[in-house]
Amino acid sequence: MLLRLLRTSTRPYLPWVVGVLVFQLLSTIAALYLPSLNARIIDNGVTHGDTDYIWRTGAVMLTVALGQVVAAVVAVWCGARTAVGVGRDLRRSVYRRVGTFSAREVGTFGAPSLITRNTNDVQQIQVLTLMALNFMVMAPIMCIGGIVMALREDAGLSWLVWVSIPVMGVLLALVVSRLMPWFRVMQERIDGINGVLREQITGIRVIRAFVKEPFETQRFRRANQDLTDISLRIGSLFVLMFPVINMVMHLATAAVLWFGGHRVDQGQIQVGALTAFLQYMLQILMAVMMATFMFMMVPRAVVCAERISEVLDTRPSMHPPQHPVAAPRALGNLEFRGVAFQYPGAEAPVLDDIGFTAEPGRTVAVVGATGSGKSTLISLIPRLLDPVSGDVLLDGVPLTDYAPEDLAGRVGLVPQRPFLFSGTVASNLRFGRQDATDEELWDALRVAQAEDFVRELPQGLDSPVSQGGTNVSGGQRQRLSIARALVARPEVYVFDDSFSALDVATDARLRAALRPVTRHATVVTVAQRVSTITDADLILVLEDGRITARGSHEQLVASSDTYREIVTSQLSAEQTTGGEL
Amino acid sequence: MSESQEPARKPQRFWPSAVRLVKLMTPHKAALALVVAAVVLSVVFTVWAPRVLGRAMDVIFAGVVGRSLPAGTSQAQVEAGMRAQGQDTMADMMSTMTLVPGQGVDFTRLGTLILTVLAMYTVASVLMWLQGYVLNRVVMRVVYDLRQEVERKLNALPLSYFDTRQRGDVMSRVTNDVDNVQTALQQTFSQLVENVLTVLGIVVMMFVVSWQLALVALLALPLSAVAAGLIGSRSQRMFKQQWHATGQLNGHIEESFSGHELVLAYGRQHQMQAQFDERNEELYRAAFGAQFLSGTIMPVMQFVSYLSYVGIAVLGGLRVATGQLSLGGATAFIQYSREFTQPLSQVAGMATQLQSGIASAERTFELLDAPEQDAETPSAQLPIRLRGEVRFEHVDFSYDKAALANGAQPMIEDLTFHVAPGRTVAIVGPTGAGKTTLVNLILRFYEIDGGRITLDGIDIRDLTRRDLRSQVGMVLQDAWLFGGTIMENIRFGRQDATDEEVLHAARATYVDRFVRALPDGYDTLITEDGSSVSAGEKQLITIARAFLSQPSLLILDEATSAVDTRTELLVQKAMAALREQRTSFVIAHRLSTIRDADTIIVMQSGRIVEQGSHTELIEAGGAYATLYEAQFNSPEPDADDAAPAGSAPTPTTGPTG
Repeated sequence: MLLRLLRTSTRPYLPWVVGVLVFQLLSTIAALYLPSLNARIIDNGVTHGDTDYIWRTGAVMLTVALGQVVAAVVAVWCGARTAVGVGRDLRRSVYRRVGTFSAREVGTFGAPSLITRNTNDVQQIQVLTLMALNFMVMAPIMCIGGIVMALREDAGLSWLVWVSIPVMGVLLALVVSRLMPWFRVMQERIDGINGVLREQITGIRVIRAFVKEPFETQRFRRANQDLTDISLRIGSLFVLMFPVINMVMHLATAAVLWFGGHRVDQGQIQVGALTAFLQYMLQILMAVMMATFMFMMVPRAVVCAERISEVLDTRPSMHPPQHPVAAPRALGNLEFRGVAFQYPGAEAPVLDDIGFTAEPGRTVAVVGATGSGKSTLISLIPRLLDPVSGDVLLDGVPLTDYAPEDLAGRVGLVPQRPFLFSGTVASNLRFGRQDATDEELWDALRVAQAEDFVRELPQGLDSPVSQGGTNVSGGQRQRLSIARALVARPEVYVFDDSFSALDVATDARLRAALRPVTRHATVVTVAQRVSTITDADLILVLEDGRITARGSHEQLVASSDTYREIVTSQLSAEQTTGGEL
Repeated sequence: MSESQEPARKPQRFWPSAVRLVKLMTPHKAALALVVAAVVLSVVFTVWAPRVLGRAMDVIFAGVVGRSLPAGTSQAQVEAGMRAQGQDTMADMMSTMTLVPGQGVDFTRLGTLILTVLAMYTVASVLMWLQGYVLNRVVMRVVYDLRQEVERKLNALPLSYFDTRQRGDVMSRVTNDVDNVQTALQQTFSQLVENVLTVLGIVVMMFVVSWQLALVALLALPLSAVAAGLIGSRSQRMFKQQWHATGQLNGHIEESFSGHELVLAYGRQHQMQAQFDERNEELYRAAFGAQFLSGTIMPVMQFVSYLSYVGIAVLGGLRVATGQLSLGGATAFIQYSREFTQPLSQVAGMATQLQSGIASAERTFELLDAPEQDAETPSAQLPIRLRGEVRFEHVDFSYDKAALANGAQPMIEDLTFHVAPGRTVAIVGPTGAGKTTLVNLILRFYEIDGGRITLDGIDIRDLTRRDLRSQVGMVLQDAWLFGGTIMENIRFGRQDATDEEVLHAARATYVDRFVRALPDGYDTLITEDGSSVSAGEKQLITIARAFLSQPSLLILDEATSAVDTRTELLVQKAMAALREQRTSFVIAHRLSTIRDADTIIVMQSGRIVEQGSHTELIEAGGAYATLYEAQFNSPEPDADDAAPAGSAPTPTTGPTG
């Protein structure tokens, strides 16, 4: 999965990848050539007392060193180009793909998961690509080059190379393979302990009110102990690693000197060649070490690659029409015709055989328990989801025949969770209609009962809104989100339990102000508070995805048990019967 | 190599915090002394060993030269002979050796030297492992204690500490910062000591072998420092840009995905994509700069080290050839110069890590130093069974005492009321009127500024907080449960409750019904995302929890945005069951609750504006009547007195939980 992803995403950067390979090779060859030159200094210069030769070779060494650094820098340049480019492209592909998703696909993955995939996971791949190009490419070149050079100096000592590489590799693999799962456990336990702390901070009132500090301390101590245990275990193994690596290197050095000494004595190699061999040996072992550490990164990157590919391989369930209709605007007749919706793999449909009509100037309210399908029904109107069967029509045209932008202009959604984008109050209000004037914005704010608090803000309409709108209160957020829909002047308003964070008085004033504004528009609303929907023209009672009763408030109170039950839970008996108040 | 994290926060006062961090380890003095001793010894051996290796090289070289000479002569004779032939350089070189003409490599001596080196390295490695092992245990112990201390502190801090700070900030202090301190202690301290000592030791040894060559090698030092500094500061700047661009882009991605529905519904995909591309391109540019520049540091540093390598090879070669240095000395030198650069660059890297570790330690210490709740001076004890009579007498309170001094309105002013035992009081009023504050005061989450609050005639300040709170049960709107099973969460109300008692509480509060339907029953885990149970069911569990604790006094905060209707009904019934026979304060939103209350307290801007039963208040036709009208009829256009008091002095992060 990782390989496939890397292969496809590095394709546009093939010249750069080749560049990395070529220049890494050059730089490594240069680096490997230096000890060899040093050996010549000793064997041809020092032993014969030829100082001229020493100077000449010194100059060559300098040139080689210079060439090495230039090649290395060019390789880094190519590597950075490739890795950063791969990161950018992957990030864009994931973002684009999610852009084509319907609410269903986003729901399956979950927004936070998609965010991690688009940010953190792509970042991991980018880091791995960079590491791979800088080090993983270098390590084998270095290793092989080192072996070649070492053999050139003296093939008779080569068995030392064949012995020490596997020894180093096996020892490191033993330590690393044990450490890796422990690291995972440690991360889990860090998450665990942080989770306990997070709960303590969020639940501080409850914990104190119930005098449960000792209990929480007990939980914390256990989590802390768990974490400390695994950290100790990791630490004990970890501190073993470098002494082991050092010992292998030193043993190799000693062996080279001892066996090399014999060969020198028998005149089989020269002293300088021996020193060069020694240095190649150490370089080879370093390369083995580096490669091992690099491979520690791979498992994590594999997970990231899988998570990214999952997004890229998901086909959106909704497609814009090939030939969108150009219907005139300004009506707003909404009709559900035998609509059913079911999530793939689910046992039961969320919505089944839903049919109703909503006309301009009239309000349709949907009530029902959680899980009865209210939110799904509402999501069909702005085409966040497509029904599995049946049709949703706007002015007689199926929603699927409208161009997405066109439909967006016709339907104004106020979602259950008021969400604002970072920017200013004005940029949020203009979300649905870019060219709205300030006057129009104020009009919308007035209706949404948000005028006063926006006026009180130091910068008025231009006051900054932080990401997610966290710098305004829940109630204010909700009112701004209503104003946003009003600015767009849609034909159909969709309110998904949009008044829940408002106190009763504000709620009432808002609804009164909405009435004239929505006089010529169709309104579909979901509400928990019965008081908000008693005056709707049509109330649909939803149970397990089916409409079990429909009618006006008075009709339903008389005819529907479910409706009566809902109402009694909120109002007392006398209101339900007549409403003398 | 590709750090894309937030640039390290710089500590405000580096040394005091560093010293304090080190002081945390003082209880483990003996172990630390052992660590230091082991590090010093290990460095001495590591640094000395190449010198011995050099001698071994000399023995081999001497053997080679010796073999080429005629046997039976002495070294002095050979040297003299060479000078006679005009081979002065050769003679000079030979003068540094001990050789026997005609004889090859002295393998006994070579063997001894090699075994000595191996022994030295073995001891060094064992010592290195020992210090690492001991230090790891010490650090873990210290971090464990630090974590415990932080947790204790969380419980000792007044609630105002949490209310006046960003929750995320407190969270990051107790989690990320403590993690960071652990890393700093674990990696930085021992490695810093080890590396600095190694560098020093190598410098000393280089001077011992040849001061001339040592000067050449040290020449490379300022050179590499300048190179690293130049590139480093520039790449640091690029990293900052990269981090900034990453933040921008991630922010954009976050909101496009969290607000996906809106982007779809308002047809904004194209604009969002254009913005994304712009930011992505920006990140690409910054990231490329950062990665390239930081990537060049290594080759450039390596180049500098090659320079000194070449310098040593040439100069060393010349000196060996002229007999001023032995060949072994030169090879030892090459090894030193190689081992020199590694710890040096590590120290440079550690500086950043240390800085961020100290900054984190500082933030943790700030938390640990924050003033705790007032010490308690209990002078009274509550009877085992309370009647539950509550009295507020001329209570004054403000969250922000400083603002009060500047003439701001107090949050609560001269509040007086009385609740008879077993009665239900409904508190009604707009947001910011002080309803939640009232609860905060009864539970002594905050201390009042004036007047007094009594429980069964005892001033609550004369009781310990523990005593007081153990008599009070609470159900909040925000149904907080911890990550554990449903059983554990109910038992949270009273730790020593038997299973039977827990089940009884569950049945009484309608928890039992839905728990039975769950596949794992009472062992169902409540997870942070809370997917296993619905919001309403969570609320029921919190009610069961309060029920189990059998409080004398009950505080209920009714949910405003209702959960699904069926559960809603159950929640109401459960709350009613809970209220029975108990003095209860209900922050009420639902008319039915309000109407059934014995007394209704209507609050506005920290004051009680009306008080009485439902019928009385309706007849009086005041604020309550207006509010009541508003909820169930078309609103009066002039219902302004019931407007949300947005201007009420509530702290920004709001004690509204």
